[in-house]
Amino acid sequence: MKHLLLGDEAIAQGAIDAGLSGVYAYPGTPSTEITEYIQLCEKRKALSTNSVATGKIFCQWATNEKTAMEGALGMSYMGKRALVCMKHVGMNVCADAFMNAAITGVNGGLVVVAADDPSMHSSQNEQDSRFYAKFAMIPCLEPSNQQEAYDMMHYAFDLSESLRTPILLRVTTRMAHSRAIVETIDTPREQNCLSAPENTNHFILLPAFARKNYAELVESQADFVQTSEESLYNTYTKGIQTKKAFVTTGIAYNYLMEAIERLGDEVRDQSILKITQYPLPKALIEQMVVDGAEEILVLEEGQPVVEELLRGMVPSTVAVKGRLTGDLPRMGELTPDSVREALEKGKMSGESNKVVPEIVVGRPPALCQGCGHRDMYAALNEVAAEHEGSKIFGDIGCYTLGALSPFHAIHACVEMGASITMAKGAADAGQFPSFAVIGDSTFTHSGMTGLLDCVNSRANVVVLISDNLTTGMTGGQDSAGTGRLEAICLGLGVEPEHVRVVVPLPKNMEEIKQVLREEVAYNGTSVVIARRECIQTLKRHLKAKK
Amino acid sequence: MKRDIILAGVGGQGILSIATVIGDAALNEGLYLKQAEVHGMSQRGGDVQSNLRLSSDPIYSDLISKGGADIIISLEPMEALRYLPYLKEEGWIVTSSKPFVNIPNYPEIEEVIKHIEAIPHHVLLDVEALAKEAGAPLQAANMVLLGAAIPMLGINYNKIVEGVKRIFARKGEAVVAANLAAIEAGYENVNSSTLWKMYGTQW
Repeated sequence: MKHLLLGDEAIAQGAIDAGLSGVYAYPGTPSTEITEYIQLCEKRKALSTNSVATGKIFCQWATNEKTAMEGALGMSYMGKRALVCMKHVGMNVCADAFMNAAITGVNGGLVVVAADDPSMHSSQNEQDSRFYAKFAMIPCLEPSNQQEAYDMMHYAFDLSESLRTPILLRVTTRMAHSRAIVETIDTPREQNCLSAPENTNHFILLPAFARKNYAELVESQADFVQTSEESLYNTYTKGIQTKKAFVTTGIAYNYLMEAIERLGDEVRDQSILKITQYPLPKALIEQMVVDGAEEILVLEEGQPVVEELLRGMVPSTVAVKGRLTGDLPRMGELTPDSVREALEKGKMSGESNKVVPEIVVGRPPALCQGCGHRDMYAALNEVAAEHEGSKIFGDIGCYTLGALSPFHAIHACVEMGASITMAKGAADAGQFPSFAVIGDSTFTHSGMTGLLDCVNSRANVVVLISDNLTTGMTGGQDSAGTGRLEAICLGLGVEPEHVRVVVPLPKNMEEIKQVLREEVAYNGTSVVIARRECIQTLKRHLKAKK
Repeated sequence: MKRDIILAGVGGQGILSIATVIGDAALNEGLYLKQAEVHGMSQRGGDVQSNLRLSSDPIYSDLISKGGADIIISLEPMEALRYLPYLKEEGWIVTSSKPFVNIPNYPEIEEVIKHIEAIPHHVLLDVEALAKEAGAPLQAANMVLLGAAIPMLGINYNKIVEGVKRIFARKGEAVVAANLAAIEAGYENVNSSTLWKMYGTQW
């Protein structure tokens, strides 16, 4: 059947059709829609009376990427197929579990999807997840289009089970968030049966066992390379003219084909090595050199991973060009234009003589009108201004927009959970007052442990949990601690009289400011929970009620 | 057949619904399609755009090249201008004339309109007023804009109508009827426009 699917949805449908038993994920742009799609399918399946006799798929959001990765490893341990999804920076959060899952290997198929965000459309860096696959020494897939993304899920799970290793599937924003027609299979594969591993030593990483496992992983590398060389997803097309060659990875292939359509025969005749599976297919690269390649242009989305690796694989007489040589921009996502310019270097492209009129100004995103974060910042800014040199440490979420006009409230924002621990470090250094602003979902994701640090050293900080009862930035997914934030804070040891709750509304401004003042005056760790539902989810809830 | 379309607007205005209807119609026409969307932080009242590509042949890139767009469809006049470098020499701009002012430094609207009128192939229309006239709610203003872009899309009017019926079916007959009225209002408006009469036949 043909469907119009986002890249993320194609991945999700591919996983379902490949006999998935569970998806484990924390929301993060551009990966969120994978899990949402599976949740929607499960919801529809539950409502449908003539449901096909397939098993249920576990699809509840995880608290963070590390718990997600571990949950998936546990499901794989029991012989079932599990999927883990996250944005690129989520890989940092789950890195401990991820790296060690490469050492344990898998039982049921285990696929980890990392959605990278080059150009940082909605992220704080543009790290390239392919480094993680190389770091962990496991195979990586990078589909070049939505159909391939769908097809590859089946392949990835099979590969994972046959090679007994987790597989990393890497996509980037334009793949994840672009729709195309995808042809799907009619009958999904049955889920695996419950079956524990025959040899549990594989999963017990005592040094003595781990050394053995690691030796096996090292030994497997040659198999992984051979699998890449034989993979249908890696293709080498020898050109009529073989001196110049292109190496593409993932969606960069599309930009090359687009440019070739426009530029014609001169480039059409060159050799193309299309890579969508790693480790790099050594034999295909050697063939390209044997065929006479003297100059290779590497087109890859993200960091110059392949460009660097190729330099160590081809003779020094072969020129390897790409982002490092300035032929392509060093940072940011590729575009059809940047690729075309690299191909016709020195020539004027002259496709457009239109410019953006000077009167067109930027329109940065902003907190919604009526959003509770606004009232929280309005009160906080006033109280902070009562002390010279107040510092407010922010975190990741909609409320990061408090850094922009009109609030200009926060003085730092680094990664999930850093607000609390940075505020603590600043207080340790002698800063007063030291505030942290963190959302409810970010708090349960990575803020709770930091709060325990605060309690243990009686850090003089005021932690504001701006609780909108949802994971707002990514579109309103369930938040792990909803309804239990006070209990969590008390459980971590915050003094009951210093766990305060306010409702961020303009009419409560005086009360909120008073509460904040009292907690600034307290020499110890305070938590002020500003709780009001996200107005986006509120609108949806009211509409659903009608 | 090949159409590269840039949909523009401000987060929350409803450009993705336009894309959904066109996408559904294109799929039923047996066309190939690629549509890159913007999700995440930028949706919070910032500028948003979607690259929609239709073709009778397979499409490679998800993104449109500079100077490659046949049409810019925009729910906001200044946002239409943001993507001018992507418009083909003979391309069309179909845009709402009403500014969405959520920034303190929004330019003079007269200046914005002047720049749009400098593009030979343009359709400027007050989609909200047209929706109101047609008896459709404000939320259907985006469908007025879609109606006005139909002649440039290369997809038959009836195919778009069928798309609207399918997409909005779950929301009930009243919603379908309102959206169809909005589509018709936009379509009639552009068919009676002088510029379209002048250039449209060559298109």
